[in-house]
Amino acid sequence: MTQWIVLADTDGETVLSSTLSAIGFAQQFAPNNFSLLIIGGSTSADSQELWRQYGAKKLLIVSLPELAHPTADKVAPVVAKAMQTEGASWLVGPASSFGRDLLPRVAGLLDLPMLSEIIHAERDEAGFLFQRPAYAGNLLETYRPVANRGVLSIRTSAFQAETTATQSPVETLNLAPSELPTSTRWIGQEKSDQKRPDLSAARVVVSGGRPLKDAATFERLIGGLADRLGGAVGATRAAVDSGIAPNELQIGQTGRVVAPDLYIAVGISGSVQHLAGMKDSKVIVAINNDPNAPIFEVADYGLVADLYKAVPELLEKL
Amino acid sequence: MKILVSVKRVPDPYAKVRLTPQGALDTVGLSWTMNPFDAIALEEALRLREKGVATEITVVSIGGPETEETLRMALAMGADRALCVLEERPPDPQRVSHLLAAIYHREQPQLILMGKQATDDDSNQVGQRLAALLQLPQATFASSVRVASDGQTVQVTREVDSGREILELTLPAVITADLRLNEPRYVALPAILKARSKPLLRLPGSELVPLSSPGFLLVKRETPPPRKPGRKVQNVEELITALREEAKVLPNKHA
Repeated sequence: MTQWIVLADTDGETVLSSTLSAIGFAQQFAPNNFSLLIIGGSTSADSQELWRQYGAKKLLIVSLPELAHPTADKVAPVVAKAMQTEGASWLVGPASSFGRDLLPRVAGLLDLPMLSEIIHAERDEAGFLFQRPAYAGNLLETYRPVANRGVLSIRTSAFQAETTATQSPVETLNLAPSELPTSTRWIGQEKSDQKRPDLSAARVVVSGGRPLKDAATFERLIGGLADRLGGAVGATRAAVDSGIAPNELQIGQTGRVVAPDLYIAVGISGSVQHLAGMKDSKVIVAINNDPNAPIFEVADYGLVADLYKAVPELLEKL
Repeated sequence: MKILVSVKRVPDPYAKVRLTPQGALDTVGLSWTMNPFDAIALEEALRLREKGVATEITVVSIGGPETEETLRMALAMGADRALCVLEERPPDPQRVSHLLAAIYHREQPQLILMGKQATDDDSNQVGQRLAALLQLPQATFASSVRVASDGQTVQVTREVDSGREILELTLPAVITADLRLNEPRYVALPAILKARSKPLLRLPGSELVPLSSPGFLLVKRETPPPRKPGRKVQNVEELITALREEAKVLPNKHA
C-alpha cells in the first residue's frame, strides 16, 4: 500500500525521461510512500533495473500486448485499477503529451479533482499547497486540496529526481485484456529521428523563429548551433506553422515547456505564448535584428544583429 | 451527424493580464474573446458540415450571462444553435465536465469537439474528463480529423512529444483541437447581425448538475517575480566571453 502512485511516461516499450519530474516531486513530498506504475506492451528487465533506483516503495508493472500502443482509453482504466488495488489517494505524472492526455482521463474515471502543470509545492500544518501557472505563465496560482486526494500533472522542467542506494522491489499487476476498451485503434505514427537530446532533458536549447526562411536553413543554423553546444532544438509556433520545423519542437504555452541552463533564441520576437515555454531558463540569450523585440526583456544577454551573420560567426568561434 | 462544440469566453490571449491590489484578476480594459482553441474546434465542425458530414452544430458555453457574447460569435461563425449554461461562479474542470456530460445526454451528438485547453487557466483537462465520464474514446491535440464515409469512425492525427500519432476512434467520440487543425474563418458583420435571430437557450447549471464544491481551493494569485534585467552585448565575441566567464554556461574552448 502506498498513498501515492507515480505514473511512468511510456511509448509502450520504454519508460521516458519525463517521468523523472514526477518522481522528483514524489521523492520530495511523498518519500517512502509512492509506487512507480509502469504500463506497456512489455517492460524489459533492463528498464526495470534502471527505474528501481529512484526510491519508489515498489515498481508496479502492467504488461499486456494490448498496451503496446498505450492509448488513453486503454491505459486509464488500468491506472484506475492500480489506484484502487493500492488504496492510493494521489496520482502524479509528468505533464508530457502522454500525461496531459491520460491523467485527466483517470481523474474523470475516478471523479477526482486535478491540478495541471505543478511547478512548486509546499507543505504546512494544514497540508499541501500546490502552485501552477495560468494565463500563459503571467499569473501563478496556489491551491490547497480540500480532501487529501487528487491527480497532479508535474511540469517536466520543474522537478528533478535523484537516484537512491536501495532498489525498489518489483510487483506485477495482473489484468485481463477483456477489461480494456476497444473503441480506439492505433493506426500509426510519424517519429522524428532522435539524434539530439530530448527538449525536456537538454541543458542547452537553441530555438529558431520564422526568419529562418526554410527547413534547410533552420537545420543548418539552429541545428548546427545546437549540435555545437550538445543541445536540443526548439522552435516558435510561427516556424512550425510555416513548415520550417516539426511540431514536436514547438516551445510555448501550448507546446513543450523547457528550463535549460542556456536558452538561445534566434530570430524570435518573444510573444507571450513563446515566453510561457522558456522564461524559466537559467540564462537566456536573444539574437534578433529588431532592438525592440520583447524577447530582449527576458534575455540576460541580447545581441541586436542579423542572425545570418551572427550564427555563422558563433559556429566559427565556439 | 450532430456535432456538439463547447466554447469558453477568455481574456484576449495576447493581452498581459494583471492583478488588482486584492489579488483578483484586473478586468479593467480587458477585452474578451472565444478561446482560440475552441474557435479552431468550431471551425472544424463547420467544415464537416460543409462536406456534408455534419447536419447540425450545437455550441455550448458555461459561465455568467456575458457568455452569451461568445455564443453569439459562435452562431455568427455558422453554428446552428446555442446553449448557455449559467453558473454563478467559474466552475473548475471537474464540474465543467459533469455539466457537459449532462448536455451530451440531452443532445446525443455523434461527435464532441473542443479546444485542447483554454488560454486562461491552461488546464487541458475537460475533453479527457468528459470522455472518461461518458466512457467514450478520445483524441486530444488533433491536427487532422477525417470522418469515414460510413460515419461510424473518425481518423485523427495527434501532435505528440515524439512527433505525430494517428488514431481511429469509433463514434461517438471526443476530439480536442490543437493549433494546426485549421485556421478559423473571419466573421463578417452581416453574419453577426443574422446570428441574433438564431436560437439560444439558457439553462441554469444547478438544474443540470447539483451544486458542488471544488476539490482544490484557490488560496493565492500572484504575478511571477520578474527576471533580473539583462544587458545588450555589442558583438559575437562579447557574447561568447559573457557566456564563458560571467554566466559560466559554456565549456571552455578545447585546445
